[in-house]
Amino acid sequence: MMNPDLINFIYLLSAILFILGIKGLTKPKTAVRGNMLSALGMLVAVVVTLTTINDVDFTYVIAGVIVGGIIGGVMALKVQMTSMPQMVALLNGFGGGASLTIALAEYATRVGMAPTSLSDFFEPVAVSSSVFGDGLVGTIAILSIGLTVLIGAVTLTGSLVAFGKLQELIKKSRGLPGGPIGNGLMLAGALVAVYLLVNNPGNVAAMATILSLALLLGLFLVMPIGGADMPVVIALLNSYSGIAAALAGFILGNTVLIVAGSLVGTSGLILTQIMCVAMNRSLANVLFGKMAAGGEEIDADEIYAGKVTSAQPDEVAMMLETAQRVVIVPGFGMAMAQAQHAVRELADALEKNGTEVEYGIHPVAGRMPGHMNVLLAEAEVPYDKLVEMDRINPTFEDTDVVIVIGANDVTNPMARDSEGSPIYGMPILNVDKARNVVVIKRSLSPGFAGLPNPLFAMDHTIMVYGDGKKAVVEMTTALNQA
Amino acid sequence: MEILILLLALFVLALFLGVELITKVPPTLHTPLMSGTNAVSGITLVGALLAAGTDSSPALVNWLGFTAVTLATINVVGGYLVTNRMLAMFKRK
Repeated sequence: MMNPDLINFIYLLSAILFILGIKGLTKPKTAVRGNMLSALGMLVAVVVTLTTINDVDFTYVIAGVIVGGIIGGVMALKVQMTSMPQMVALLNGFGGGASLTIALAEYATRVGMAPTSLSDFFEPVAVSSSVFGDGLVGTIAILSIGLTVLIGAVTLTGSLVAFGKLQELIKKSRGLPGGPIGNGLMLAGALVAVYLLVNNPGNVAAMATILSLALLLGLFLVMPIGGADMPVVIALLNSYSGIAAALAGFILGNTVLIVAGSLVGTSGLILTQIMCVAMNRSLANVLFGKMAAGGEEIDADEIYAGKVTSAQPDEVAMMLETAQRVVIVPGFGMAMAQAQHAVRELADALEKNGTEVEYGIHPVAGRMPGHMNVLLAEAEVPYDKLVEMDRINPTFEDTDVVIVIGANDVTNPMARDSEGSPIYGMPILNVDKARNVVVIKRSLSPGFAGLPNPLFAMDHTIMVYGDGKKAVVEMTTALNQA
Repeated sequence: MEILILLLALFVLALFLGVELITKVPPTLHTPLMSGTNAVSGITLVGALLAAGTDSSPALVNWLGFTAVTLATINVVGGYLVTNRMLAMFKRK
């Protein structure tokens, strides 16, 4: 058994490595090294911990490491880049689940009993709060256990629902009975149960109540949320998994858990904030509201009738041939069509022709923060060609052709111009300012916001109907033959 | 009590540090940031090892410990590997 001071010193070392790791992520060039430093920090923390536990039943530990290592390794190596949102959703859930089970194990150990039958749940066990520590320390420990169970369980079921939606196992976004008021009542009930647990740590029924209400709450919170709001939900659950880990640190009095958990918690919160700003919606509105119903009903036919021009890919290629500057605007549709490689090949053909090509990336394009960037990086697009909204917007006026592939609401000029519109105020990519706009889309069907897009009916907009990948490949072929 | 204050101070300072660090991560790396922080949140593996239970613990505790170790290991191994896979794509030019 090592000296506890030495152990804490080594935990500090691994916390520093985590911090350096995240610092490495601030630049693409240093990011790989950062990730390795962070992994080294993890290795150090785990090895040191292993030296401190000697009375543990190692069968379960070794079995867990083997099973978890295989599952994690296979997931990481097999997952397609288009499925990264699902992968992160699952990892969020597992993080929450790990904190949850730690809190439950710690609770059962300290109370000294584990319920074996239903009646055990309703028989408060006589324990003095001192098993959790003296005075305030004990109170904080049992409070942390209650809150870890609450947040861990919400993260677990919420993330599983998010995964189900992203994987399209759950197709419909419907509100469950109760709505926001029901969810509020469940949360209030769970908090009352936490209070009862803190007052009497032996109150097993209170613990069971927290657990079941929180599991349900995660389910009810995420179930009504639609696909385009997923970036916010995933970022928020990411944050919860970190907060749960930090709280678990308070249960065990473990410094490295607290530091690492807080870093993850803030990371998720900041991403949540960025996503909400990019949609011009408050977090409460994403979680509890629907998109505001539009003032007056907007008739799609009135906007589109007789004004939409469509063309074949080879006609677009003729236009691209003479273009000086082209901006490609990808959306979730590009991921759906797995068109990222085809898009890169089109950009190559354009560049060979002397055309300048950049990509305009809206913060909420796709299903998670940075989703489009990862897909395009997979297709070997250099990251300095991926330009964020604020920097690409002033350049549209000098752009000959914008190619919009699988994006809709983030290009809708109503968000900028039409004050009564439900999406008014949401920052958009001003693609309509370019000289020509090509929209590759299956049909004129509305995007997530359910609104028609006046961009499609503009004089300088050409619609190319069909599968995104096929259309782009045809453009490239025509361009190469020209 | 003193320890509690120290832990709390650590928690609050780490939150501030987190804000300073994360706001500097460019949007292009936001997905690897999320999977990378997933891996970091696998630090619960340390907690899981400490809570895994002993020979004398009730079976429930052992199984909870096993579940915690498994889930945390998935995050550590899966998180770091997939982040590395993504970042390698950003590195090449």
